[in-house]
Amino acid sequence: MSIMKARDNRGGGQGSALLLSSHQMKEKGFASFLLFAGISVLLVLGAFFVTMILQSWPLFRETGLGFFTTLRWAPMENEYSVLPFLAGTLMTSLLSILIAFPFSMALSILLGEYLKTGPFAAAFKSVTELLAGIPSVIYGFWGIMILMPLIQSLQIKLGMIPYGVGVLTASLILSLMIIPYAASLGRDVISMVPGELKEAAYAMGATRWEVIFHVTLPYARSGITAGFFLALGRAVGETMAVTMLIGNSNFIPKGIFSPANTMASVIANEFGEADGLHTTALIAVGLVLMLLTGLINYAGKSIMKRFQVGG
Amino acid sequence: MKNPSVRRRVFKERLFRLTVFVLASLVVVPLAFLLGYIVKKGIGVVNWNFLFSMPAGVGESGGGIVHSLAGTLLLIVIAVALSVPVAVATALFINDHPKNRISRLIRFTVDMLQGIPSIIMGIVVYLWVVLPMKNFSALAGGVALGIMMLPIVIKSTEETLKMVPESLKEASMALGAPYYKTVLHVILPAGLSGILTGILLGVSRIAGETAPLLFTAFGNPFLNTNIFKPVDALPLLIYNYSTSPYPEWHSLAWGASFILVAFVLILNLITRLVVKKWQIKY
Amino acid sequence: MADKILSIRGLNAYYGMKRAVENVNVDFVKNKITAIMGPSGCGKTTFLRCLNRIHEVNTEARARIEGDIFLNGENIAKMHPILVRRRIGMVFQKPNPFPHMTIYDNVIAGYRLNGIKKKKHEFDTIVEKALTKTALWGEVKDSLYDRGTFLSGGQQQRLCIARALAMNPDVILLDEPTSALDPIATAKIEELLNELKENVTIIIVTHNMAQAGRISDYTAFFYLGELLEYGTTEKLFTNPENEKTENFLTGRFG
Repeated sequence: MSIMKARDNRGGGQGSALLLSSHQMKEKGFASFLLFAGISVLLVLGAFFVTMILQSWPLFRETGLGFFTTLRWAPMENEYSVLPFLAGTLMTSLLSILIAFPFSMALSILLGEYLKTGPFAAAFKSVTELLAGIPSVIYGFWGIMILMPLIQSLQIKLGMIPYGVGVLTASLILSLMIIPYAASLGRDVISMVPGELKEAAYAMGATRWEVIFHVTLPYARSGITAGFFLALGRAVGETMAVTMLIGNSNFIPKGIFSPANTMASVIANEFGEADGLHTTALIAVGLVLMLLTGLINYAGKSIMKRFQVGG
Repeated sequence: MKNPSVRRRVFKERLFRLTVFVLASLVVVPLAFLLGYIVKKGIGVVNWNFLFSMPAGVGESGGGIVHSLAGTLLLIVIAVALSVPVAVATALFINDHPKNRISRLIRFTVDMLQGIPSIIMGIVVYLWVVLPMKNFSALAGGVALGIMMLPIVIKSTEETLKMVPESLKEASMALGAPYYKTVLHVILPAGLSGILTGILLGVSRIAGETAPLLFTAFGNPFLNTNIFKPVDALPLLIYNYSTSPYPEWHSLAWGASFILVAFVLILNLITRLVVKKWQIKY
Repeated sequence: MADKILSIRGLNAYYGMKRAVENVNVDFVKNKITAIMGPSGCGKTTFLRCLNRIHEVNTEARARIEGDIFLNGENIAKMHPILVRRRIGMVFQKPNPFPHMTIYDNVIAGYRLNGIKKKKHEFDTIVEKALTKTALWGEVKDSLYDRGTFLSGGQQQRLCIARALAMNPDVILLDEPTSALDPIATAKIEELLNELKENVTIIIVTHNMAQAGRISDYTAFFYLGELLEYGTTEKLFTNPENEKTENFLTGRFG
């Protein structure tokens, strides 16, 4: 702004003083507009939290801590608990990360080390990006048409009731969805390992595997962990594909073949027809979901920041 | 003392390399299969009639998805109109005051917003817009999608603005230009590719979102262009038809899936072209 | 007659179709310091990197060589590159200790990477010896288990030299090891190299003529990819045979 003051003295005379002050007003107006936009973004997030907390408060008044300790979700009897859905969410997300881990690590190492350039690299990268962009509902649709019958025939072979849907099916589709995402995060991190460190290792007679195991991966360790946290956050918040394949049961799942519900899927399934305390309870479930994803994402982002700063 | 032979270590290396390739291919195969399946089932369904006519009766064959296409378009327009000005202005603000406490809060907020599950967006906008209006509407849907687009456009714009060298701004100011003119005529044009990329990426993301629309736009079996009334959208249609028991509706859902995936793919390609063409190198 | 440890015959090095090193023939003398000098772009670094076959690692550069390199009579092209690199170590221009390893682990990194397991007390001895040889022991013996990031540039480079020494190589290649360091650190390293040469052959690429004059016993002068002249440092500096060598030494170019 001192440049503005300097200009005040140039091009002298009173006529230009008027011109300059209209400019100054436009300046201030513009700066205010920018500030206003920035603050409104803050307000949006703040309002999100306030709304969710306020709207779910009536439920907590009713159930108290029982929301987190009892086990039944029975709107007809005014019994509400988040535990069945917390269990469903954690089981499906953690299982999906477990399944996805070896594959996305392999893909990250492949794209970050072996195939950094060349036509295959570009092809893999494009396919990965495209797959990461396929909407959840389409994954769900495909799951219903292809994955469900597969699981059903598996269940028949194992002598179980062929639901086809359930924790395992949902976890499988989730892992398919997060593999491209986790792989591209991992690839970015691995390709950022400084070449000079790898060179120093080669110069001591290491094989490629040894360089990857002893230098590349340890160096990229925190970045890769952060990537998996972010992928976990994504899995926890996934709604559509999970809703379509998890079987819509409000009981704590007994095993991976049980139908269940996650926090996101019970909202998707019941919010439309709920009313009164039922609606409030669903909002409370949403609040828990929001806090859980917030925590996971925050952890992931902090680890990622540390990776980028240190080594 | 253990000194593994070179042979053994080379073998380990080959084994590792094989494992990596095998695992990676195992992933690519089902995913490519998924894509291929969508194309195969969908492409046969798409034709002029499909794209431009209304749905037939329940259980009847034929019919089209024009109402969903129109709805998706309407929602995108609303979302872009609401979010882009705010996003660009915010990005300009944080670019101007990078160390400011408000800017740091904004960056934190943007990260948090990005992580909020889309179904929660739906709930909140339901509470804010649908309840007061006492009905579902395209506007509510647009608001939900717009909030989801905000972080994407803000980040993309800020990235590009960061690359505009200080010397450019100073040159403009040294010529006596007021700051807002510098922004409008020098900084924004330089950052245009980032803004466009952000918009394209944001659109390709929200075009496929279903959860935020479940309780906002809600869906509509009829063509509707009134933003104060409920409207259908491609992902909603896919969700409803695919979970229905009617095979005719399943075919339509495949067709709609194909369109949606093609749309996302084309947007991705355009984004890459935009970046190449519009990016100013310094 | 001085022992020839590394013999180069007819070496040509290419990046893709472009030739960077042309028809070099030279014998390096055992347990002496040989400096490789020349103006920028003369191929000295390329040449150095052929000697431990590290040029093969970065496939993008499409580096390849023709000709033969003999280490104590063995053709290194016929050896597995791992074995070559255990006997010919390398120190790089920018110090590159592994940031995620402790100082202790950095020194024995060569063993870890090669999967060679020893008892802890054996490693302890190796670490102390290597760090003593590089005059670091006194400075770091109380922080062996800390990460090396607090070390100065000069200390980090000495750590890298210790790391290379710990493997007991026959030859150590150094690529402009002091160009990123201040004069005091440089002097320390030069002193170090002088002591080390008793047990290991040192080949050092340097663009700093004065450095070559100070520490090397033999000097090779490269120009535009060719080895123009090779001889004892004393002879090369006081009575060069090639005109270009003389011009370079007197600062007419380079």
